[in-house]
Amino acid sequence: MSSKNNQALVPSAVINESQWQQINSAIAPLNNNQLTWMSGYLAGLAHQQSAGHVAVPASAAPVVEKQLTILFGSQTGNAKGVAQEFKEKAQHAGLKVNLHSMADYKAKQLKNETHLLIVVSTHGEGDAPDDAVELHEFVGSKKAPKLPELNFAVVGLGDSSYEFFCQTAKDFDARLEALGGKRITPRVDCDVDYETVTNAFFDQIAIQLKEEFAASQATVEPIAGSVNSTSLDAAKSEYSKKNPFTATLLESQKITGRDSVKDIRHIEISLEDSGIQYQPGDALGIWFTNDDALVSELLQLVGVDENESIEVGGDTLSIKQALIEKFELTLSYPTFVKSYLESAPNEKLQALFDDKAKLREYLADKQIVDIVADFPAKITAEQLARALRPITPRLYSIASSQAEVDDEVHLTVAMVEYDVNGNVRNGSASNFLGKRLEEGQELKVFVEHNNNFRLPENPETPVIMVGPGTGIAPFRSFMQQRAEDEADGKNWLFFGNPSFTQDFLYQTEWQRFVKDGVVDKVSLAFSRDQEQKIYVQHRILENGAELFDWLEQGAHFYVCGDATHMAKDVHDALLTVVQEHGGKSEEDAEAYLTEMRRGKRYQKDVY
Amino acid sequence: MGSDNKFIVEGKLAENERIKGESNFLRGTIAQDLKDDLTGGFTADNFQLIRFHGMYQQDDRDIRAERAKQKLEPLQNVMLRARLPGGIISPDQWLAIDKFAADHSLYGSIRLTTRQTFQFHGVLKPQIKLMHQTLNKVGIDSIATAGDVNRNVLCTSNPVESAVHQEAYEWAKKISEHLLPKTRAYAEIWLDGEKVETTENEPILGNNYLPRKFKTTVVIPPHNDIDVHANDLNFVAIAENGKLIGFNVLVGGGLAMTHGDHSTYPRKADDFGFIPLDKTLDVAAAVVGTQRDWGNRVNRKNAKTKYTLERVGVENFKAEVESRAGIEFAQSRPYEFTSRGDRFGWVEGVDGKYHLTVFIENGRILDYPGKTLKTGCAEIAKVHTGDFRLTANQNLVIAGVPAEQKEQIESLAKAHGLISDGVSNQRLDSMACVSLPTCPLAMAEAERYLPDAVTEIEGLLAKHNVADRSIIFRVTGCPNGCGRAMLAEVGLVGKGPGKYNFHLGGDRQGTRIPKMYKENISEQEILAHLDELIGRWAKEGNQDEGFGDFLIRAKVIAPVVNSAKDFYA
Repeated sequence: MSSKNNQALVPSAVINESQWQQINSAIAPLNNNQLTWMSGYLAGLAHQQSAGHVAVPASAAPVVEKQLTILFGSQTGNAKGVAQEFKEKAQHAGLKVNLHSMADYKAKQLKNETHLLIVVSTHGEGDAPDDAVELHEFVGSKKAPKLPELNFAVVGLGDSSYEFFCQTAKDFDARLEALGGKRITPRVDCDVDYETVTNAFFDQIAIQLKEEFAASQATVEPIAGSVNSTSLDAAKSEYSKKNPFTATLLESQKITGRDSVKDIRHIEISLEDSGIQYQPGDALGIWFTNDDALVSELLQLVGVDENESIEVGGDTLSIKQALIEKFELTLSYPTFVKSYLESAPNEKLQALFDDKAKLREYLADKQIVDIVADFPAKITAEQLARALRPITPRLYSIASSQAEVDDEVHLTVAMVEYDVNGNVRNGSASNFLGKRLEEGQELKVFVEHNNNFRLPENPETPVIMVGPGTGIAPFRSFMQQRAEDEADGKNWLFFGNPSFTQDFLYQTEWQRFVKDGVVDKVSLAFSRDQEQKIYVQHRILENGAELFDWLEQGAHFYVCGDATHMAKDVHDALLTVVQEHGGKSEEDAEAYLTEMRRGKRYQKDVY
Repeated sequence: MGSDNKFIVEGKLAENERIKGESNFLRGTIAQDLKDDLTGGFTADNFQLIRFHGMYQQDDRDIRAERAKQKLEPLQNVMLRARLPGGIISPDQWLAIDKFAADHSLYGSIRLTTRQTFQFHGVLKPQIKLMHQTLNKVGIDSIATAGDVNRNVLCTSNPVESAVHQEAYEWAKKISEHLLPKTRAYAEIWLDGEKVETTENEPILGNNYLPRKFKTTVVIPPHNDIDVHANDLNFVAIAENGKLIGFNVLVGGGLAMTHGDHSTYPRKADDFGFIPLDKTLDVAAAVVGTQRDWGNRVNRKNAKTKYTLERVGVENFKAEVESRAGIEFAQSRPYEFTSRGDRFGWVEGVDGKYHLTVFIENGRILDYPGKTLKTGCAEIAKVHTGDFRLTANQNLVIAGVPAEQKEQIESLAKAHGLISDGVSNQRLDSMACVSLPTCPLAMAEAERYLPDAVTEIEGLLAKHNVADRSIIFRVTGCPNGCGRAMLAEVGLVGKGPGKYNFHLGGDRQGTRIPKMYKENISEQEILAHLDELIGRWAKEGNQDEGFGDFLIRAKVIAPVVNSAKDFYA
């Protein structure tokens, strides 16, 4: 680090140049441990000053202050949310905490950590989330350092219906141990209903760490009163997942043609008077209710009177109302089967449950009601409630920019409808948004920020967007923003869907963007318009030379939509393009893309 | 040529003149538009230019508003009108057409039209080249079936007088070829034809093409199935001893008008006189050339031949044609039109072959429940050794069937509902243009309204005990008049949704234009008037007196004798 560089980094608004030089010369000889201690010391100092204390007592012993580092790897924002929540909880308990996305964390820093909490999700076939990929690789590689000083804990988020449940968390857990780390507490693998599990886990770990930290040193004083979230993040709204805003549905408009095989809705929601701010790339969380008819069907099957009352989280309400508002009914999960079996033993279901692969296959297209219909039994309201997970909100990529729509937020929602044993089953949130909720009615929403899906800061940077199907949503938001900003950067959209006449989402708006010069190029792949199916990855390959040229000009590459097939196919196509048109080996091409990812030039919002 | 400048209308040229002039012989930027997959439509000038290649850009108007809400552009597609002089198609051609309609058009139908050809409706942009190439493979094109050119040349479908018909048909084909645009744009754009670096020229149509559409027929009296008075140029076949010797030439018919514009009106053609056969092409070119040079290029609403004749005077126009063609028109040979309808069922031709004319309601060949017309036609095409002839009344003739195949063809036709007993004379004498939902000009329903309207009229005829009689009844969706309502006994011209201008007083032979009886009235009002008038006709009409003739005699409506003067009087 040359001093020249440091000077360039002078945060002039805070300190002046001569102060900066003094600091630099004072810290230059310090080793890592000393630096870490200094940072804690300074933080404590600052806190005392701001709390009205005068300078640090001269007698204060310069001991290394213990601190907890929390790293999260998050694809959809759940792990990030959990990590943030714990950070607040730990600070509340008086712990010194640093919170980082794994993507922003320098892997070499690991050897300096003494207390580390990892919160990481797992996707698809055991894949790490995008922001965790690098650290995950590093920890598993030969380059990883010994970590004898490390005390760690791992929280995994996943979905137990998948074969490689919480695999990324398991990997971190095993490797940190192998590198010499000591577990503070055994790893916890959370299923889709992670909130109840993580709360208990955090309470326990916070107490444990508080004792440990206290034994060695004076802790930073607890922050008085409740966590003042606005001081932690000025941009954060008072509304959150736990405290959602009651918004109004303005419009629900089908935007696929009458002969489409898909039913996709454009949803407009009013955030008026909420003060909620979102950015292109963010998602909107929707708290939905379950369908009345579905609930009645389920209650009838298990033989429970819908007026029977039940207690849920301290509230007493009818079982029917509880199922409508409080429980997850449209996804199915092994824990339900387990619990249901306890109440209603059934040999066949037991056999299914014992065969993980078969169970996963069976559950894939079933809702709770279908399991009960397939293995009927009469159970009590309490037994039913105990078997069910709490309802969780669904996240949708926002399709609008506030620069264009002010206090509205737009979504692009595919209606999920499928057949189970002759019964029509609907996706819960999509059905709620698109079919049950009427224009003018209220719904509870919150914004889930996603810093891993952002327009380039430089308005001149070219943007390549790959968003087939509802994956087009954030790009509508991007282009509204760039149009409003009059950003000069070139924009290129790759879009695909079954047919041109029926499924060209926001066609007239894209035509307008092109006409107005906002969008420079649109590459379309309508899979069913010709005998040979054509998808976005084919268009990427066809346009390889030009696409690579854009990348070389510094273009950001964004992918949104289906994670299981599309994102992989697009990645492979991109890799091929970089190999072919960049004259690179596969390894170098991978490195090229890794570098792009590291530079936040390759971002994904996939689900 | 064209030296007589006093007959050229001065002023700012119509926008279409610029489009044609700048089109590089009808190419425009159509080829670029074909590559633009962001829209199913054509942009700017190309929207007009594709017409010269036989296509109209259309969309499904029923769902236009719905799609706007869906943030989708209109369901844009093209309608293709084939060039089919005389309306003759071979079985192989039929099968190719049948397959393309099924595989690549939104409506899946083959639409027989009043221009004695077929139309594909609802072909999406990515399939357009395939469509032209498919047709080209079986020897069909769509050059100049729309736009400011000479369009598909009609010829009486007359399977009885086969010898004369064959000759007349050959002339229809020759005239069509002679008057075609010479540009290679069609082959280049649609057939991937080689681009040849030549200085192009349009010796007959002119480099700016014609001022307006131009329609030509060859007619064999006494049948007026092609409606001579709806056409700019007509060659009336004159035969002696079963041999064609020449034509009477009729110029300046046309039915189009514009609502509310009294400078526009339907007009009958004028008889210029007789010419021998060998002058046919010269006269055709001379009429086209005169209209090309003297037609109004400033005001498109007054650009057709009929208005040129009115403006310059019939004698001046005729003299110019004589001078250009180097002929003198002889005294017209006598002829008479006695009918316009098709003769349904089997007839035996002079060559001993049999011809089966089948009624196709609205000309729409499609499989309907219990009436698999399209499959039926295809099944017939698979075994048929003769040809198919499309009529200007939108019906179909299965022509040239040898005696031994008659039974097979008949049983196929019956099995697929192509022959069905009990179709009333009224239905056979009724006709409508395509109109909604595809035609961009349509103001009211035509094709989709016709079947019910005919049922109502059948009811009225029965009510007044004249169920065996019929009225030439035609509905056209807009005043452009593809449905030829302006040569019907009862003609409806679309004015707005469910509303029509109600015309009465044409004759059965198509030689008198009906006058407007009531303006902008509803279907119910029309039927109420018909109820009363059919009642009077049944009581007061003479034996064999047509409905239109009766209305004139009873002074219900005045006859149109000279359109320019009395159509609106």
